[in-house]
Order: sequence, then C-alpha cells, then structure tokens
Amino acid sequence: MTIDEHSAISESAQPSIRAIEPSAFAGVFQREATLFRRSWPATTFGSIVEPTINLIAFGFGLGALVTSVQGIPYIQFVGTGTVATAVLFSSIFAGMYDTYVKRFYWKTYDGILATPVDVPELFIAEGTWIAVKAGLFGCAPLLIAILFGLPPSWGMLAIPFICFLTGLGFAFMGQWFSGIVPSMDAFTYVQSALVTPLFLLAGIYFPLSNLPQWVQTLALANPLYHCVNLVRDAVFGWQLEKDLGHVAALTIFAAIMCALAVRALRRKLID
Amino acid sequence: MGLLGPNGAGKSTTMRMLTGQAIPDSGNIEVLELTIPRQSKQARARMGVVPQRENLDEELTCRQNVAVWSTLLRVPRRERDAAVDRVLAAAQLTDRADSKASTLSGGMRRRLLIARSLVHQPSLVLLDEPTVGLDPQIRGDIWTLIDELRSSGVTVLMSTHYIEEAERLCDDVAVVSHGQVIAQGAPSVLVAEYAGVEALECFGSPERLNIVEARCRDLGFPSRRTGPTLSVLRAESIPLHVVEEFGEALRRPANLEDVFVRLTGERLEG
Repeated sequence: MTIDEHSAISESAQPSIRAIEPSAFAGVFQREATLFRRSWPATTFGSIVEPTINLIAFGFGLGALVTSVQGIPYIQFVGTGTVATAVLFSSIFAGMYDTYVKRFYWKTYDGILATPVDVPELFIAEGTWIAVKAGLFGCAPLLIAILFGLPPSWGMLAIPFICFLTGLGFAFMGQWFSGIVPSMDAFTYVQSALVTPLFLLAGIYFPLSNLPQWVQTLALANPLYHCVNLVRDAVFGWQLEKDLGHVAALTIFAAIMCALAVRALRRKLID
Repeated sequence: MGLLGPNGAGKSTTMRMLTGQAIPDSGNIEVLELTIPRQSKQARARMGVVPQRENLDEELTCRQNVAVWSTLLRVPRRERDAAVDRVLAAAQLTDRADSKASTLSGGMRRRLLIARSLVHQPSLVLLDEPTVGLDPQIRGDIWTLIDELRSSGVTVLMSTHYIEEAERLCDDVAVVSHGQVIAQGAPSVLVAEYAGVEALECFGSPERLNIVEARCRDLGFPSRRTGPTLSVLRAESIPLHVVEEFGEALRRPANLEDVFVRLTGERLEG
C-alpha cells in the first residue's frame, strides 16, 4: 500500500458511471430481509391498518351520504383510491425516517459502504426493497374492498406492479429528503406541506373533476394522482392511451427522485 | 502497521480514503495494487474494515449480523455457513451466536464487529481505534485477536492513540500529526532513534523543573513535560554528576510516547 503526493492523474482516472452489480443488491436485500423477519408484524400492521380505517370510515361514513361516484358505489371508489394512500404512507416515510436513522444514528451506511457496495447500488437496492413492500401493502385496501363487494377482476393482478412503481418514486423521494433536511424535525414540514396535499388532491376520496381547472392541472404533477387513476382503470377497465401516460409519469418521477436521492446521499456519506 | 497520533491527526480520514469513503483533494492511493477511488470496490472486496463507531444491527443475533456481512462481502453462497461459524469461533462468540447484538457486553460487541469484517478472509484489515473506550482486561482480549490475525499473515493497518497498543501489536508504526506522517519505523527503532534507551523522569517544583529543562537544553539532551514531571530522554548517556544535579528522579525505559511528544510537541491521551 502506498500513498503518494503526485496529483496529476487522479481526477481524470475516475469514471463518473459506476457499474451496478447484482451481488451488491443481494447483500443489501439480505440485510433488509433479515431485519424484516423480525420487524414485519409492526411494519405491516401500521401500513395496512391505517388505510383500512380510512377506507371503513370514509366508505361507511361518507358512503351513507354519497351512494355512488362516477357510477361506482362509493365504498368501491374509496377502496380503490385508498390503495394509493397505503403506497404513499409505506414508502415515503420508510424512505425518510429509516434512511435518516440508518445514516445519522446507526452509521449503518458507513459500514455497508466499506464493503463492495457503492452509493447508487445501496440506495437503489433499499428503495427497491421499500417499493416491493409498498407493492404488497397497497393490495390490503383492495382485499378489504373485495370483502365489501368489489367484484374481483383480472386487471387487479396489475395492482402490485402499479404500487411498486409508485412506491419506488416515493421511496426515493423520502431518501432524498433524508439527505437534505438539517434534522429529523424537518420531516414534520414534509408531512404537512407535501404528504397531506398529495393524498387529498389525488382523487382518492372525491373525484377532481368537480374542482377548478387549475387544480386539475396541478394534479397532473401529483404522482399519486396517476397511481389512483391506474388502480381504478385496472379494476374497472383499462383506458390504454391514458394509462400508458400514467405509467410514463410514474416512471419519470421515480427516475428523477432516484437521481436526486443518490446525489444528496453521496454528498452526505462520501467526504 | 500502526498509525499513531492524537485525535484529529487524520487517522480515521486516512482509513476512509483507503475504502473510497473519502476522496482526497490531491494525491494517488493504491491499496492491494488497486487504484483508489477508481477501483475501490475491488479493493473493498479484499479488505475488512472495523469502524471506530460500532454499527452492528442491534436487533439481529451475532450469527445474523455476520451472515448479512458475508453476503455483502460476497462470500460464495455454499461457503457462507462455514465462514460464519469460523469467525464466530475465532471471536469466541460461538456460545452467544444466537443472542441479539443489543444484549452483548462491550468487549463482545467489539469482537463481533471484528469477526464480521473477517468473514471473507480479507488480505488487509483496517482497524480504526479497535480498543477505544474498553476496559483494560477486555482490551487484552482484542489484542489477542489482532495478534492472531497478524500471525496468520493478514496485513493489519490499525490506528490508535494508545502507546501500549502500538508498541505491542505493530511491526511498523507511522507517527501522524496534522495529516502528515512525521516518522515511520519499527517501534523499537523509533524509540532508539528519537528517545534513546532510557528516560530520566525528574520530580520537583515547576521552578526547579524549569532549571533542569534549561540545563538539558544546554547539554543537548531532549526533554519533555509529562504532566507534573519532566522526562529527559537519552538518559543513558547523561554523565552521572549531572544526574545528581537534577535531584529526585526515576529511570525508566524510553517509550513511543517519548518519541511522539518529542516529534510533535503534542500529547496523546491515555
């Protein structure tokens, strides 16, 4: 091992693109899977019970006043919408809090980055893991809606994948926030200023078509809006062109968030 | 190989540069004939890194902690179980293999941290302050573990600010201060070169020690303050009548701390 002082070639010799290797993913997944085997009851409970309560409260409470929306019985309308709530909650909060705690308090990432895992691999793997969970948790409200009379359909099989794609973007978004906030307290702002408007203006509880045009335009920038529409179309009937647009929007969202997360966290973790 | 220096000398930063977790502003680094940071991933696959701050997964058992690391460090799947058992045994944690990390004592935790980094049989092990904050008898256990590693032919790079640790465990010591290596060699050679064979530790009032210090300077003997006393180095060659002049004094073997303080004017802790 030698450390010497000549500085000529070091910068030009660094390639900017690093290989993404499956074995690095395997390591990160194994860690998450081992931890999940211990923590799944709590995680699953939180991610499933909250949307379920939402569904039951709105479905029956509001459903008593509103019998149907756009020709769909209200409980089925909310049931399909709540899928998006479950995805949002189980991905953005995991991305924010878990990533912050592992980086700042547990120093887990300092350990992992001393093994053959690079920053992009680490966070793409963790984001993917969160998204897989979101893909499963997202199905819970749907199952409950089926119990309350939503007829099962083949299109429903696409829902875990829709939830995965949406969860991926929000997991990366959470990671990104965890890398730019000055402290964990700032997550409260994210929750009030971003998460709440996101799920209220996504067409989960009421259709946006009755709102002013500018709100409807704004909703196009809300990834959750695209998720809700995809889920409803999967259940009640595809609208091919629109749905491909929704998938594209969610894909672009995930890609941008991924780049931002990796950049922010590399700054925090590599001196 | 040891990096000896006070807190803030750049020991941890050096370690982080070797794994590509810190990027130097200038200069080239080569580890195991690989260029860092470009080939740092390949280098990390052959390195075991024991951080100064523990980062075990508290909720997992010892075996699970090591097993997770065996995947991260790319131990072939078929060899993983055997590799995990091997390092748990080496760290004397076989009995506690199924205990959660959070239930272990300080010494066991540190042994687990070391075991985890050895599961892929690295050619180079980086230990950042491996015994900081441990009780003396537990420190001995860790020393035994490091010594076994060294005997098995693994290169160990260790940072420390404990003199005794560097003297006992290192074949080669680099004295580091403010990010610079200011001397390097075997501990005994460094001691002989910079501090001689013996040191004379003089007691007395501060005024008296000032006089002794000035006298040493005139005679060309290096000296340093050691708290309330004054250590005169190369004491073996001080003429006896001069020694009597110094009054109450104690002869002791010269050590690495003498070297360090003489070279840097700084003090180590411990």
